[in-house]
Amino acid sequence: MAKVAIRFLLNGSEKAEFVESGTTLLDVLREKLADFSPKGGCLQGTCGACSVLVDGEIRLACLTLAETCEGCTIETAGGLAKDGVLHPLQIAFADGFATQCGFCTGGMIVASKALLDRNPAPSREDVIEAISGNVCRCTGYEPIIGAVLAAARANSTNKA
Amino acid sequence: MALRHGRGVAAINYPTGMNLGGDPTQALVHSTPTGNFMVSLSSVDLGQGLKHIMAQLCAETIGVPTERVIVDTADTDTGPHCMGTFASRGTHRAGNAVIAASREARQVMLEVAATALEVNADDLDTDGQGNIHVKGAPSRAISIMDTALVAHFKQGRSISGRGIFLVPRSYPDAATGAMKPATCYAHACTVADVEVDDETGEVRVLAVKNVFEVGRALNPKIVEQQLVGGSWMGISHALYETTEPYYPSREHGPTDFNEYLMPGPGDLAQTETYVLERPAADGPYGAKGPGEMCANPQIPAIANAIFDAVGVRIDVMPITPERILKALLEKAAASPGAAS
Repeated sequence: MAKVAIRFLLNGSEKAEFVESGTTLLDVLREKLADFSPKGGCLQGTCGACSVLVDGEIRLACLTLAETCEGCTIETAGGLAKDGVLHPLQIAFADGFATQCGFCTGGMIVASKALLDRNPAPSREDVIEAISGNVCRCTGYEPIIGAVLAAARANSTNKA
Repeated sequence: MALRHGRGVAAINYPTGMNLGGDPTQALVHSTPTGNFMVSLSSVDLGQGLKHIMAQLCAETIGVPTERVIVDTADTDTGPHCMGTFASRGTHRAGNAVIAASREARQVMLEVAATALEVNADDLDTDGQGNIHVKGAPSRAISIMDTALVAHFKQGRSISGRGIFLVPRSYPDAATGAMKPATCYAHACTVADVEVDDETGEVRVLAVKNVFEVGRALNPKIVEQQLVGGSWMGISHALYETTEPYYPSREHGPTDFNEYLMPGPGDLAQTETYVLERPAADGPYGAKGPGEMCANPQIPAIANAIFDAVGVRIDVMPITPERILKALLEKAAASPGAAS
């Protein structure tokens, strides 16, 4: 199989790789670039554990061909903390006990960030809508919804 | 045809761990040269918080801050024997083993400190902050770090302990058949409010109010996390989870977890959870097992609520729309002419 060259920005740093044509973005992130924050759950686009942001839009990395990301800006949960300081969503998830086994957490946080980036003051229904493509088998979702709302409140307090 | 509301109640007793004798878990505890404590276990933390609870139990028993305890659950090939974390048994079984091992290690630690301070070990106490002192004379003290260093480099002792939890076998009484199948029971009660569409058979759980009696909540936030998630799972057991949803033929059934239905974030019931604490005599600092227990009372409560709403009693799980509609048809056929 032919290899293709791809370049993109991952969490602010430039990456360039040769990958087999047809390789998923998830495989490139995890196996070439050692970013393990997106998880391979169902590998069919139903569980949301592999969610990443591509040019600010939420995408399922398991269904995204890496070569379609040429020149794109990619953000993952693994890149949210800056200089050891956690992102408000990460703080809210920890403080709100919104993670148990942790497998869904990276995708949940990415889906939540996509929401807060376009709607900094979401309603409970907005949060439910935003995470409805992400499966969690531990928490019963309630602590996650609470954490996203808490992060939104913390953001608005910081800006005020 | 209408949306009908119903309310159901259910209460459960739930045994902690496997019963009828055995069910062992073992633990080993030892100090590092700098007075941190290592707990070795084969019990698995799969997100329920077992490692943190075991660190709390070891720290409480030895008398050090929780941050001074490291829990290693790395390898069931090399670790002390554990039957596993299931049946709500982790906190109770592994916890008792960790406490036993920590008591033995604490005794050695106090003997080492007693030799260093030239006093009797029985006269020593810990302050919970990492120091050992003579009872009534707090200035006569040695830090646990210095105690560990003395043990390792001067006295040549290992500050360590072994612990095991094993349930004695209970045999049935020959005359009465009476026996003791379990040593420790948690309890719970749920009130469920549902809305049943008697045209489609669909059930919406509007609210569940749960009370859980968990012995002692060793870490209240972790317990709450278990109970909230477990309550949701109970609703899922009652209404959703099956490998054969709605299809008479197995060939049309799901083949993986992608097609195994559970409620999503849009299907949540309004959930209230209360904790009662009645410490168990044989529990680690009184704790019982809240894990699997907490996903049980919602099931009969929802079945009862559906009966209250539409008058049909479904005794097969999950309670699918199809089963409700069939039962409604049978009920209508049994009493022709009655208003539905």
